[in-house]
Amino acid sequence: MQSNAALEYDYSVAKLFTYTTILFGILGMIIGTLIAAQMAFPELNYLIGEYGTFSRLRPVHTNTVIFGFTVSGVFATFYYVGQRVLKVSMAESKFLMFIGKLHFWIYFVGALFATVTLLLGYSQSKEYAQYEWPADVAVVVLWVLWGISIFGLIGIRREKTLYISMWYYIATFLGVAMLYLFNNMAVPTYFLSGGLGDIMHSVSMYSGTNDALVQWWYGHNAVAFGFTVPIVAMIYYFLPKESGQAIYSYKLSLLSFWGLMFVYLWAGSHHLLYSTVPDWMQTMGSVFSIVLILPSWGSAINMLLTMKGEWNQLTENPLIKFMVLASTFYMLSTLEGPIQAIKSVNAIAHFTDWIPGHVHDGVLGWVVFMIMAGLFHMAPRMFKREIYSKKLLETQFWLQTTAVVLYFTSMWIAGITQGMMWRAVDEYGNLMYSFIDTVAVLHPYYAIRALSGVLYLTGFLMFAYNMIKTMTSSRELTEEPQFRSPMA
Amino acid sequence: MFHWLEKNPFFFSVGVFVVIAFAGLIEILPNFAEASRPVVGLKPYTVLELAGKEVYKKDACIACHSQLIRPFKSETDRYGQVSLSGEYAYDRPFLWGSKRTGPDLHRVGNYRTTDWHENHMWDPKSVVPQSIMPAYKHQFTNLADIETAYAEAVTVKNVFATPYGDEFQGTRAAWEAHKPAVIAEAKTITADMKNQDVKDAVEAGNIPEIVALIAYMNRLK
Repeated sequence: MQSNAALEYDYSVAKLFTYTTILFGILGMIIGTLIAAQMAFPELNYLIGEYGTFSRLRPVHTNTVIFGFTVSGVFATFYYVGQRVLKVSMAESKFLMFIGKLHFWIYFVGALFATVTLLLGYSQSKEYAQYEWPADVAVVVLWVLWGISIFGLIGIRREKTLYISMWYYIATFLGVAMLYLFNNMAVPTYFLSGGLGDIMHSVSMYSGTNDALVQWWYGHNAVAFGFTVPIVAMIYYFLPKESGQAIYSYKLSLLSFWGLMFVYLWAGSHHLLYSTVPDWMQTMGSVFSIVLILPSWGSAINMLLTMKGEWNQLTENPLIKFMVLASTFYMLSTLEGPIQAIKSVNAIAHFTDWIPGHVHDGVLGWVVFMIMAGLFHMAPRMFKREIYSKKLLETQFWLQTTAVVLYFTSMWIAGITQGMMWRAVDEYGNLMYSFIDTVAVLHPYYAIRALSGVLYLTGFLMFAYNMIKTMTSSRELTEEPQFRSPMA
Repeated sequence: MFHWLEKNPFFFSVGVFVVIAFAGLIEILPNFAEASRPVVGLKPYTVLELAGKEVYKKDACIACHSQLIRPFKSETDRYGQVSLSGEYAYDRPFLWGSKRTGPDLHRVGNYRTTDWHENHMWDPKSVVPQSIMPAYKHQFTNLADIETAYAEAVTVKNVFATPYGDEFQGTRAAWEAHKPAVIAEAKTITADMKNQDVKDAVEAGNIPEIVALIAYMNRLK
């Protein structure tokens, strides 16, 4: 094929991952809303016997939204963006096409298997690394397959210079590979005890404080390389494409990329302030968390300035609205995180609901908004139909924005209230509140959070409906839209 | 240099990897030998306690309970002595948790008893009326997996030199020989319990999850 001929990109793998993004998104958010409601109304714990308690469902929620929804979204956008920025079609290589499809099916079957094992109670009990070793093996296999896809496409590329989004996808691949491998190092007990007991069971290679260090080096940076790096990859592609604007500054993107890579990994120990890890590590975690504001805001500001002179698009195109709000929430949550990492603030914030509050303004406002905007941009180009309904998009936007605001405000109040009550003493220096007092007082905030879950879930169902309609029955397009996505 | 890197994916990837791996090398490795040393007098978990720890993991108690007492007066007043690194030497994995929807449990064995746990796990509201914790009635019928717990003890003895006795061997015969000791320990727990079905099960040689969990809770001191 001549290099100047128009390329026909092949989206079959991107489409498959789009379906699982929607599927796992719905599942993960239903469970999330349910467990939020359980904290306000504990009777809801008994819907499906032992499998329906808050504690059993919480890891199912986190793993489904991380490894189900978000990772699907990362793969879906990669199989779309990768071809386009490298100027090469998946259809050009039978091998890469096979790897791509194998990648999807191993991912899908592995995800279902892992979810079932969590429901059954197989768990390493390390946060976001609960999967027992057989599921871990599946994760490693599918990650290697993704690596072959990335570097395979790069190997046959026509565009020699890697676009910014590719930097971030490569970093996602390398970062998660390193973190996941080291944190999940475990010895299966069945093979070292002469075949006694459950074959699924394993024991961590690290103990106590060491395990904590490795776990939060992983836990914090799984967020970095799952919820930040690939999402930045998306916004660097989709915002300029949808708006028709060039990236504001190449130098700023350089600074934020290499800055983020270097700084992020140090910050993990801010999860262990006032614990038994050495003081200097805690301090490093605190300090680097503050430094992290620079590269995070670098990307976000680069995105906002990309819209310079074109702010009218904000009122005209709901997808721009989604992306601008996403980068704004990214700024909010990357300022909030460092504040919580200051030792004296952390003394109050740690162990309270402020932490899930912080996580959710990041994921609901930034990650999910960006992934949805990306998929909405991809849909007209993949399915050759216009977006089904602009009205639905607008309604969804406001519904979900309201939900995010309700979520983080209620959890801010809940967290700070609880943190202050735990340490409150009377005039004689005695503790003022028993623990249960500090739980009972949170009921209204838990109820508000549950309501916010219902609103956000409703918005996501609107997204799913809009996407499915776009795939199946929307008006067909004769040629590919260049910038702004057409919508009815 | 950056322009060159962006045209050479291999060196670009190597560069990214070096930059991200750097922090881990400096921040994590130096502490490894030091932090894993047990405090004086620390004993490894018994098989029953290990099985209880497995129940703790299976029902993800960590979702709401921490096991880390921070060095503040408000915490030591509420929960007891501040936590020390060496106390966790045999914790694989560590179970510090990150959220206290319920109270810290690192020293719960000091101030809660077997019968309190029995009532609480059956119906939390019966002992703490405003509790939002779910009841864990299934732990009274599900059986604890003591064979897997034994396999874990043998594994950590062989791989990490955790000080278990010579009788801990990776053979079925050794396990069958050790089993009566586990049942006997379970009976010391059920002696303080009132649920007749649980008592009968242990008499018959089957240990419900609740018994193992309470053994583990009582050990946390």
